[in-house]
Amino acid sequence: MMTKFNNKGLIAVLVAAVAISVPAIALAEEKLNSGDTAWMLVATALVLFMTIPGLSLFYGGMVRSKNVLSILMQCFAITALMTIIWMLYAYSFAFGDGGSMNGFFGGFDKALLQGVGVDALSGTIPETVFMTFQMTFAVITPALIVGAFAERMKFSAMLIFMAIWVSIVYAPISHWVWGGGWLAKYGVLDFAGGTVVHINAGIAGLVTALVLGKRHGFPTTAMPPHNLGLTLMGASMLWVGWFGFNAGSELAADGVAGMAMAVTQIAAATAALAWMFSEWVVHGKPSVLGIASGAVSGLVAITPASGSVGPMGALVIGLAAGVGCFLASTKLKRAMGYDDSLDVFGVHAIGGIIGALLTGIFSATTLGVFSGSGLGGDNTTIGAQLGAQFMGIAATVIYTGIVTYVILKVVDAVIGLRVSEDEEIEGLDLSHHDERGYII
Amino acid sequence: MKLVSAIIKPFKLDDVREALSEIGVQGVTVTEVKGFGRQKGHTELYRGAEYVVDFLPKVKVEVAVDEGMVDQVIEAITNTARTGKIGDGKIFVTNLEQAIRIRTGETGPEAL
Repeated sequence: MMTKFNNKGLIAVLVAAVAISVPAIALAEEKLNSGDTAWMLVATALVLFMTIPGLSLFYGGMVRSKNVLSILMQCFAITALMTIIWMLYAYSFAFGDGGSMNGFFGGFDKALLQGVGVDALSGTIPETVFMTFQMTFAVITPALIVGAFAERMKFSAMLIFMAIWVSIVYAPISHWVWGGGWLAKYGVLDFAGGTVVHINAGIAGLVTALVLGKRHGFPTTAMPPHNLGLTLMGASMLWVGWFGFNAGSELAADGVAGMAMAVTQIAAATAALAWMFSEWVVHGKPSVLGIASGAVSGLVAITPASGSVGPMGALVIGLAAGVGCFLASTKLKRAMGYDDSLDVFGVHAIGGIIGALLTGIFSATTLGVFSGSGLGGDNTTIGAQLGAQFMGIAATVIYTGIVTYVILKVVDAVIGLRVSEDEEIEGLDLSHHDERGYII
Repeated sequence: MKLVSAIIKPFKLDDVREALSEIGVQGVTVTEVKGFGRQKGHTELYRGAEYVVDFLPKVKVEVAVDEGMVDQVIEAITNTARTGKIGDGKIFVTNLEQAIRIRTGETGPEAL
């Protein structure tokens, strides 16, 4: 009886600790901590490094040589465009106070970064650092979608689609989970963005691939990656940058950040090997593209879990992600016939969903060696936490699925989404940018 | 005069060039080519998507020689380019009607 009571007390303390780490609940009376601030300045740079050049090279190597610049260009332009949109109003949509609408939307009170001055604090770090850190998330999420419509979307339509998407899909969903919105109240555990970033981008990618249709010649024409060296370099940069993404999401330099870094490394390595061995068994040879994809799938899956699971939980999450994403990207895509060019759905949506659900299990403190550091919100059982996780996934899938579809249809009606067949065959580098990636 | 065209594995090019120099061949022309023979192509697999690559990269070495040297040239190429595995390539010999050295205007065997 006594023991049981103590356990409950411990859980309550842990829940409170997790609640404090939620970025929205910024305690005004806290003082600036220079250690936390120093780490967050570095973490912000690491997350930016994930998009340019990490993700750009990861994707750039996977397309055909006639489209390599279009991918690098899209990622680079998205980085610049999202920065401006985040500064103008999207930061406010995500992390402002929406008043009576706050459950769904953060309002305009921080638009044009009003009030985000030199002395403004968010927790123990300057709000400027918090705002820029979150900005790098708003940069990489749209950039992830690029892989799904690679080699066939008009650059102009891409810019308009992304500008609208980050405003009415990404910013509200990040408000729901991190900005004190309705999902936060159910104790959904999404430490660094498994739902907000990866499921969101993965589903948007699938919808974009379906609305745009298949690339000319898919799947009968060979479309092999043109430079897997670039892809492996990009995956390696993503891996390194992910320490900023996950350990940085603690917004402090403390024990949770340390554990986040450790479990990130463990899950990435496990998933890399899991994908490699799956491929070895199924296809007879281990491949460079496979091990790189596996590492990324593990990084995706550990993202929501990195603030609350332990090393053994990370091992299971990495294993599940490596095998699950391998099957989704090689078997499911073939069976369903959609042309998600670079497997944004297979890696980010599937990896994100695996991670989000397993977070609900391995955050529990009652699993012996597989225990984590505690469930979210008021949840006291794994069942309740899984319910919350499922709700977070379902809300994101439904909202992003529908709104992404509507945005695409509107942009298509106004200026058209897809390049002409001639332009597609010539390659987007020449047809859209008057440049070639390789002049040899 | 004869034109000896040998299709060989790319990594054997240096060995073949050396062997030809040793028997006194004064010049060769080398081209990177693609094709298929009994080796056929190979398959590549990217995330479950299997592609059959029909044309394999080879190197074509062309040597123009006087009649008397043909057998030596063929022997030099076969000895150095052979690995014993499928895909070692082929040698074609054709008659060469005329040869002209552009700089001096010499013709026939003197031009080789």
